[in-house]
Amino acid sequence: MNVAEAADLLLEAEAAAKDREPLTDDWPELDLATAYAIQDETLGRRLARGERLVGLKLGLTSVAKQRTMGIDRPLVAWLTDAMLLAPGAPIGTGLIHPRAEPEIVFVLGKRLEGPGVTAAEALGSVAAVYCGVEIIDSRFADFRFKLPDVVADNASAARFALGPVGVDPMSLDLSLEACLLQVDGDVVDSATGAAVQGHPAQALAFGANTLAERGLALEAGWTVLTGGMTDAVPLPPGSTLVAEFTHLGSVVLRSEALPQP
Amino acid sequence: MTAQEHQRVATELADAYGTRSPVNPPSASCAMTLDDAYAIQALQVRRWLAEGATVKGHKVGLTSRAMQRMLGVDQPDYGHLLDTMFLASGERADAGRFLQPRVEPEIAFVLGRDLTGPGVTPVDVLRATDFVVASLELIDSRIRDWKITLADTIADNSSSGAVVLASRPVLPGAVDLRLTGCTLYRNGTLVATGAGGAVLGDPVRAVAWLANVRAATGEALHAGDVVLPGSCTAAAPVAPGDSVRAEFAGIGAVHVSFGWEQEEGAQ
Repeated sequence: MNVAEAADLLLEAEAAAKDREPLTDDWPELDLATAYAIQDETLGRRLARGERLVGLKLGLTSVAKQRTMGIDRPLVAWLTDAMLLAPGAPIGTGLIHPRAEPEIVFVLGKRLEGPGVTAAEALGSVAAVYCGVEIIDSRFADFRFKLPDVVADNASAARFALGPVGVDPMSLDLSLEACLLQVDGDVVDSATGAAVQGHPAQALAFGANTLAERGLALEAGWTVLTGGMTDAVPLPPGSTLVAEFTHLGSVVLRSEALPQP
Repeated sequence: MTAQEHQRVATELADAYGTRSPVNPPSASCAMTLDDAYAIQALQVRRWLAEGATVKGHKVGLTSRAMQRMLGVDQPDYGHLLDTMFLASGERADAGRFLQPRVEPEIAFVLGRDLTGPGVTPVDVLRATDFVVASLELIDSRIRDWKITLADTIADNSSSGAVVLASRPVLPGAVDLRLTGCTLYRNGTLVATGAGGAVLGDPVRAVAWLANVRAATGEALHAGDVVLPGSCTAAAPVAPGDSVRAEFAGIGAVHVSFGWEQEEGAQ
């Protein structure tokens, strides 16, 4: 298998909403650099079909998840406008096994270029902070994958929704900004921004610095999803998720019920 | 269970505080209803009162869905807080007093008026609350390896250990108790985060639940009582030498360290 073939397989799985075995089953020597090349190849094809690059997401930002995957740093992946859900819109069909993660989201006012970007500098480039919910949907069966698989699969990115208000990031202690996560009215989890690398600005700085290793930067106007504050929760058909934040408002997401046979 | 059996289990559990050797789960050797379990808890409280302690309030436990699911229950439980359990923020807790302690960050309620159930609503709780304050609950189990059922933990005073309270009173209306963020650090490392609403969706509901359940035995919550409504995060284990700090947005921080009394004597 090569980069182009892997990109084909991943985009086909996504389009058909049909999960597949991890790439590393057939390609055990797939390394991280090649995995990012596959990720970039899938981005190129999304752009070629008319999607627009709108930002970056960070994945595996919690120490617990990193330990599970045997790594000591987060990973990054691309966001396009096709993934953004309009306010109030259902998450849509065509997903394999969607899970939701509440996140703190930055919209950049200035270009942010590494290496050496600090959390304070990163925060200084932010125009507004939003709450958000990311829908992840691994193209691999049962979310079973090795690190290169998930990198190639654009870090399971599928959809994202933003909260109703953009807030001045300097006005909030984001490490104590809380999210109460509710599914069908029950509180299923809660967390604060500190769960993301100690502070979401740390994740943003990491994003800029890790892109710099590939000669890239975070661009003005981009949206950056800083990583899940809680474990991802499954969103079965017919369920409603509410992520309520202390100062950033709420996101309500509905997973449409399957049609009755 | 007979009155003698209640007394036997109560004595076993109360003795375990002194010997620091945990006992087998009482529910493993007899059929114990929740009424039996609360009766056993009451016998221990009576013994502590006879020894000169006073009741300063209550704790509500099993208030998160995760904990309730773990024990296969759909309701909280409660225990008694005695004056001997209270520490001020910054004080050192004597690790020698505990068997297998864990720590939980909580938003403590201090009542300004009596709350008499039944029929206590969350609004009644807000009206009766003098202030809230940052707290750490040191939970502990006298039962081996925390192998507890709901009845076991109730009999064991709801796995109470000690209460650390900060000294900054905050009006309940000054913060959004559901959406107040909480971070828990052990030895400077973040171990958990959460929000007030992790407690039954709203910690105010835990206090209302307590007032109404106490009413079933004709008891009220009293002005001045401290109520620990339940943890904002999963419980974290602690060991001698550990230093634990919790911070609550808009409410403040609370801190406790664990040491051995003999260590302090040796210095």
